[in-house]
Amino acid sequence: MKIAVTSKGLNLDSEMDPRFGRAPYILIVDTETLEFEVVDNSINVNAFKGAGIQAATMVSDKGASVLMTGYCGPKAFMTLEAAGIKVVSDTSGTVREAVQAFKDGQVTFATAANKEAHW
Amino acid sequence: MIISVASGKGGTGKTTVATNLALALGADVELLDCDVEEPNAHLFLHPILQRTERVETPVPQVDMEKCTFCKKCAEICRFNALAVLKDTVLVFPELCHSCGGCMLVCPEGAITETGRELGTLNFGTSNGIRFINGRLRVGEAMSPPLIHRVRDAADPQLITIVDAPPGTSCPVIAAMHGADFILLVTEPTPFGLHDLRLAVEAVRVLGIPCGLVVNRADIGDEKVFAYAQSENIPILLTIPFERRIAEIYSRGKMVVEEIPEWREKFRRLFLDITGVLAET
Repeated sequence: MKIAVTSKGLNLDSEMDPRFGRAPYILIVDTETLEFEVVDNSINVNAFKGAGIQAATMVSDKGASVLMTGYCGPKAFMTLEAAGIKVVSDTSGTVREAVQAFKDGQVTFATAANKEAHW
Repeated sequence: MIISVASGKGGTGKTTVATNLALALGADVELLDCDVEEPNAHLFLHPILQRTERVETPVPQVDMEKCTFCKKCAEICRFNALAVLKDTVLVFPELCHSCGGCMLVCPEGAITETGRELGTLNFGTSNGIRFINGRLRVGEAMSPPLIHRVRDAADPQLITIVDAPPGTSCPVIAAMHGADFILLVTEPTPFGLHDLRLAVEAVRVLGIPCGLVVNRADIGDEKVFAYAQSENIPILLTIPFERRIAEIYSRGKMVVEEIPEWREKFRRLFLDITGVLAET
C-alpha cells in the first residue's frame, strides 16, 4: 500500500516536516518495496489559504491510503477523511523511521485534527 | 455629498466627530456606521431601529448527480474553497470570495449559488437623522462586502456621513472609496502622527480631497500640526482635551447637545468642508 509522509527533503532519510499543508515535499512511499515518489508541495507552501485542502487533494490523487505528518488542521482533516485517507499525526524522525513504525503497527490513527485552523 | 470620517489610528474620535457632525446638521443627513466589526455610533445616536436585513454573499453548492469530478472548479479557485476528490466534492464556504468562477467553468452546470451570512444591515432614525449600520457575523473574516452593502443603502438625496473603521486596509478603503471628502481625525501624539501619515497615503491613492480634525488638541506635541502644514492638509477643527467634553462622551451624550457652541463649531466644520470642495 502507499502512504504519504511529509518531508523536509527528497529521500527516505530526510527529516519529516511536522507541517502538512506547507511541508516542502510529500513522499508517497510503497510500504512493501520502499519505492517512493516525491511530490513537490512548493505551490502550497506560499498559498494564501487552504494549503491543507490542496495538499490533501494531492495526496488523494496519488493514491495514498494513509498520511503521516506532525500537525493536521481541521480543513485538511475533513478533506482527507472525505477521501478515505487515514491520518497519523504527531509523527517525527525520518521518513524511513515513520514508514517502519507504520509497518510495525506502532501508530495510532487520528480521529480529529490536532491543530487549529489558520486565521 | 458623501463625507467619510477616517483615521488610521483607532480611538482618535471618529465616531464622536461623525455623530456630532450628523446631529449638528440635524436634517437631510444620514449616518452610515461602516465600522462593521465593532459598530458603536448607535451608542451615541440611540436610533429607533425599524428594519434589519440579513446580508449574504454567494458561495457554490455542487450537484453531485451532475458532477464528473473534472476538477475545473477547484483549479480556477484562487482561495482553495473547493476540493475535488475521487467521488466527492467538498466546499469550504468560509474561504470563498464569491467570484463565481467555479460556476462559469463547470462544463456540467453542476454548480449553483447558495448564501453565506456576512452579517446584518440595520436601518433606523435618530432625531431626524437616517441611520444605517452593518454588523459583521462573529467568525466572518470578510468585512468589505458588508461595508459595500451599507454604502449601497445610502440615499443620494441626503448628506451622507460615513463612520469608517480604523486602519488603512481593505475595510477602510471600502468605507472611503467614492466619497467626496475624507475627514481624518487624529491626535497630536507620535502615535497619532504615525498612523495619520499612513491614512493620508491611502487617501492620496484614492485621490479624494481631505481635511483634518485634531482631537485632544492640547496634548502631545506640535508635529501633527507641522505635518498638516507641510502636506497642505487643512485643519478644519480642533477639539481640546477638556474634562467637560470627556465627561459628556463617557456618558454616551452628544457634545453638540450639551454645549451649544459646539453645534455651531460642527456646522462651521461642514461649511468649511463645502468650502474646500468648492476650491478643488
